[in-house]
Amino acid sequence: MSQSAFNAALLNPTANRPNGLSDAGGRPAGKRFDVYRNNVTVSLREALETGFPATARLLGEQNFNTIATGYLRANPPSSPLMMLYGGGFPRYISAIPALAKLAYLRDVARLEYAMRQSYHAEDAPALDPARLASLPPEALNNARLTFAAATQLVLTPWPIHAIRAKALGESGENPPAHAQPTLVTRPEFDPILTPLPADQGDLCGALMAGKTLAEASTLHPAADLGQLLGTLLASQALTDIHVEERT
Amino acid sequence: MFDQSNHLPALPGVGYKPQHYSDLLADPAPVGWLEIHAENYMGAGGRPIAQLKYLAERFPISVHGVGLSIGGECDLDPDHLARLEHLCDWLNPASFSEHLAWSTHESAFLNDLLPLPYTEATLNRVCAHIDQLQDVIGRRMLLENPSSYLAFDESTYEEPAFLAEVSKRTGCGLLLDVNNIFVSATNLNYDPRAYVDAFPLDKVGEIHLGGHDEDEDDHGAPLLIDSHGREVADPVWTLLDYTLARSGPLPTLIEWDTDVPEWPLLAAEARRAQTALAQLDSKVTA
Repeated sequence: MSQSAFNAALLNPTANRPNGLSDAGGRPAGKRFDVYRNNVTVSLREALETGFPATARLLGEQNFNTIATGYLRANPPSSPLMMLYGGGFPRYISAIPALAKLAYLRDVARLEYAMRQSYHAEDAPALDPARLASLPPEALNNARLTFAAATQLVLTPWPIHAIRAKALGESGENPPAHAQPTLVTRPEFDPILTPLPADQGDLCGALMAGKTLAEASTLHPAADLGQLLGTLLASQALTDIHVEERT
Repeated sequence: MFDQSNHLPALPGVGYKPQHYSDLLADPAPVGWLEIHAENYMGAGGRPIAQLKYLAERFPISVHGVGLSIGGECDLDPDHLARLEHLCDWLNPASFSEHLAWSTHESAFLNDLLPLPYTEATLNRVCAHIDQLQDVIGRRMLLENPSSYLAFDESTYEEPAFLAEVSKRTGCGLLLDVNNIFVSATNLNYDPRAYVDAFPLDKVGEIHLGGHDEDEDDHGAPLLIDSHGREVADPVWTLLDYTLARSGPLPTLIEWDTDVPEWPLLAAEARRAQTALAQLDSKVTA
């Protein structure tokens, strides 16, 4: 019996169990095969629940189990690194018509995945704030920032920072009526979440995309660059700064 | 770094869980070494890598792979081989082990250890994959016996003979999971002691012990599930004594991977393994 046949029956609950599998008396394996089916489904579902705890709370146990099981059957992991499993889960949720009214769910899930990426990202020494302070204004305008691998930014129209905190019982406050693009940084070992004003989120996105400070400010003139830089330095989001030579 | 170049000591070890970090460092007794799952330490950095570096300065480390799919019909994943090579290079662990099982089909990783028919074709494939792995990581590996819930009609080898042949052809050592023997022997209705008697114990470099769950099959026959979620069962301890009496002292690991207990309970299981190993010493000297 091929592993293709075994595999197909593992991920499809309505498929017939493969032939050629028996108990000690030579009878068809029956429920014995289902041990493997169950192991695969439950272990992957638990991996998703561990990776997306707030999303799971927001959906409720039964809904989450149904949705996670649908996801894992259609999208089993593509590598043995379970720490990376579920990258496609936010988009999968957003495509479920019954969840259209819970549009923020996708971005809460994106935030949770960003935290996981941050947790496992490469270590790097943070940029010394003195280096930035020592630059003359002209040089600073033409500077580009290098972000730590552990720094992630989740842009969103929803107050996902507060929604997540409330779902996990970390805060009792109701989410505010404005967007919370959220910065994920890792000063030590645990990712730290910082909600940004909406315009600073866009400004931060431009800096992460490699714009100079002046270019990013021109694109988002209303955003407070000084305050954002303070946040980025304090949360050790940066590793380096490059000043372009004027030609 | 701790000198990892020696083999694992013939002492109790435990599967390392991050929630035990502080307790373990405060008082590791009777734990003499630690085992980690390779795939949990393949991130680029952060706490897992930092903890592992710190622990490796203090304990012999056994790296236990759970994701290579050595029994898979497809070629071994070159990216995953490279990750294992990188881990073994920087950590230089005291031991590396993997499973007689498959877990990847085409591009899908199924996160379970799936069973193999014991045939000539499987033997050739498993040996080729082990040769390839041992070349890449530059060291001898240990291959672990699985727990079985069913039998393949096409099998032509008994499991101990199959593993003996793999060891003979590839030079790999073996990891003997005594709970897996008990689970498989119950599920497939054979004598676990006969399995131990038939096993090439001189090739064994490590023993595993873990808890199992009890269920029933469609006909009401016992069906044990290898869950690693509770204490090691009494008959498995008895089978450990039987095995150690024939093999001599071996590094003996407690695996507890689901519903992970507080440290004192895990340490108590390790003490029970220590007792089993100590009995052996007194018998030898008597």
